[in-house]
Amino acid sequence: MTEALAPPPQTQPAAEKQPTTDKTSLITGSEAIAVACKLADVDVITAYPIRPYDTVMQYVAKLVSNGELDCEYIVAESEHSQFEIVKHASAVGARVFCGSSGVGWMYAFEALTVTPALRIPMVAMVGNRALDDPGAFGVEHNDALAVRDLGWQLVWVDNAQEALDTALIAYRVAEDRRIFLPCAISCDGAFLTHSQALVKVPSQEKVKAFLPRYDRGDLLLHPDNPITVAPQANEDWLMEIRRQTAAAMERSPTVIREAYADFERIFGRSYGNPFFEEYQTDDADVVLIGMGTLSTPVKVAIRQMRQEGKKVGFVRMRWFRPFAAEELAATLGRFKAVGVIDRDFSLGAPYASGVLATEVRAALYPAPKRPPILGFICGLGGREVTVPDVRKMTESVFQAAEGKTQAGTKWIGLRE
Amino acid sequence: MGRLFAVEIVYRGIFQKNLAKNISRAIVLAAHHEGKPGISFGRYGDSPERNGIPAKSFAIVATDDVTLEEGMAKYEPKEVDITIVVDDTLCKGVESWAWYGLQPINRLTKPGGTLIVTSHEKPETLISMAHRKETPYQLAIVKGSPSFSGLWVYKDDHTDVRILGTMAKVLPELFSLASVQQVIREEWNDELKATSAGRAYERVTTVTVQPTQGNPEKPFEFQMPKWTEMREGIAIPGIPKGHQMKDPNTGTTGGYQPERNPTFKKFTTRTMRPVVNFDTCIKCTLCWLQCPDSCFDVTPEGLYDANMEACCGCGVCEAVCPVSNCVTMVNETQFTGNDSQWKAWREDKEGYQGWLKEKIANRPERSHGFRFRGQYEEQVPDMLKIAREG
Repeated sequence: MTEALAPPPQTQPAAEKQPTTDKTSLITGSEAIAVACKLADVDVITAYPIRPYDTVMQYVAKLVSNGELDCEYIVAESEHSQFEIVKHASAVGARVFCGSSGVGWMYAFEALTVTPALRIPMVAMVGNRALDDPGAFGVEHNDALAVRDLGWQLVWVDNAQEALDTALIAYRVAEDRRIFLPCAISCDGAFLTHSQALVKVPSQEKVKAFLPRYDRGDLLLHPDNPITVAPQANEDWLMEIRRQTAAAMERSPTVIREAYADFERIFGRSYGNPFFEEYQTDDADVVLIGMGTLSTPVKVAIRQMRQEGKKVGFVRMRWFRPFAAEELAATLGRFKAVGVIDRDFSLGAPYASGVLATEVRAALYPAPKRPPILGFICGLGGREVTVPDVRKMTESVFQAAEGKTQAGTKWIGLRE
Repeated sequence: MGRLFAVEIVYRGIFQKNLAKNISRAIVLAAHHEGKPGISFGRYGDSPERNGIPAKSFAIVATDDVTLEEGMAKYEPKEVDITIVVDDTLCKGVESWAWYGLQPINRLTKPGGTLIVTSHEKPETLISMAHRKETPYQLAIVKGSPSFSGLWVYKDDHTDVRILGTMAKVLPELFSLASVQQVIREEWNDELKATSAGRAYERVTTVTVQPTQGNPEKPFEFQMPKWTEMREGIAIPGIPKGHQMKDPNTGTTGGYQPERNPTFKKFTTRTMRPVVNFDTCIKCTLCWLQCPDSCFDVTPEGLYDANMEACCGCGVCEAVCPVSNCVTMVNETQFTGNDSQWKAWREDKEGYQGWLKEKIANRPERSHGFRFRGQYEEQVPDMLKIAREG
């Protein structure tokens, strides 16, 4: 019995193998993440239905019933239990996956808050959804952003391929012993979760080469490693626990860079700067910055405006936590004005900004060059961010660049 | 800068929570009667809802608001004019749910400050229970059984007002007897309680405790680790497995003694301890099974020895023991040290029987724990009698 209970020895990532053929599949962003779970050979997955996250659980269920994925697949009685179950499974050494959307994610909040301090490398998918102003299920980023202060790593993706790739990277980063923090991958409801696209599905060999097995080491709850996890922690302990979690988050950027470099080496696909993507910024006078699938109308609008001679670029944030503040400040300092598009709201925030605008402004404060910043609240509750919307926003940014006073935050695409 | 007064009330969780709060409130109100501002609070990190766990309430009073703010700037006072101890067994020192290590009962008492203890014991007994202090301090005893009630019931045995009357005597600068009696009338609307306070004021005597007196032991301490020294993930090492016990006479090994937490010993929760008659034990295992703190060590011959580092004194062993004269709960004031009873019995069975008899004979009245029906009705008139007649 002892042998059966003993944790298997850690295996190093297999030596670099030559890529075998990738398969191309027509799948949604959610399904791409389910495929990543299969490739990562996830041990425990929990589910509770809520749109748009449920598209992942449906596809995982299909993979399990087809015999393609061997895992414990547990449909919990609520999101709270859903996240508690994987939290505990991860503590005993299982690779886990979980996810939710909107108020489902909020219902799990008690579990979400303690997950980072317990150093649980859970990977979760947040199918971004409005916070249920009766029944609203369109995209808004407030659900995932609600955990931004708690030690969760947060990343936004804008297409199905990136969803799959980022899920693999998320396991690699979260389960790194230097980190052991959860990671949530945000996928815009509908635009990403419900649209099928052609996705290159890498071979199992490549994934094995990229992703070592999850080794919890001295934190493993196991009869051979008798520990108590999560005893009562009062005022004599909490600051030290927080500082430990903060230290892990401080190490995260280095580990993210390493993971993206290895990803490129093994899968032959490069994402450039892991933290944010720059689009036509080289000679840009002004830029827009935003997260998620609004990148598509923004890029199309930029191409139109470029033809009209307007030098505008776009910065798409991927990692929101950790936030690459210095790097972003250096980049944004090159432009005459910056427009931040928030698909979220933060009512009562400084200058009525959205969450991203507030963070960008904070990142720029110590920078030598601080361009004017405009905030735009746009695309809430799943409303489409249109090309004309983007043109309108860019117009304001150009005016700010010319020194014309602009209101702090504008609502775009609002009936008024 | 005016004068700052601080008073701590050391009490036992649940049983004395309301008592401590009442005393603490009345201190502030009585001082306020004389124009002094003040605050009253329970130590937030304590767990006063746990049976018997040592906990503290504080009253901070000053001659003016600015001075009071000086006192409020630190959450817990570093020194107090008066330490009120509402259960004499707390004199052995306290280790609360929230503290680490054993704190001597007089740790915060200022040089020359006063320890007020509710007890039937003589000063010598209480002085030897408390740890030695580098500077002299005063000891005042409010004669009576420690007042134990519950979270929702309050045993109105006048302990509260008798302590307040005593305070007016030992620290008249804080408040006068007239002020405290006025507050008693306003708060409780009870002339008899005001009289009790006056009687306590008249009768109190204090003795000076010298640095040469008291328990010379160094209380066990615990060094808090730095954040870089702690294991990550709020994970702490498990307590190792236990081991066999060794018979002091024969050297035979056997039985089982669990390992226990070396940094949190729990025993200051105890107000009474089980004494075990090993000659009558029938080895039924019930005490060992029922003990909520796993405090029983199993001896090589299969007897059950209550380990005094771990026993919280709840009395469940006595309640479940099917033998009428095997396990008996005896008040903690009757003991020094935490040595094994089984070892003492193995070394000298006859002597042990004599010791046992003496302890049980001197067993003071039971104040709490597994109680018998009608116990309050028996006790309250006695307390009132003491209050009236002394």
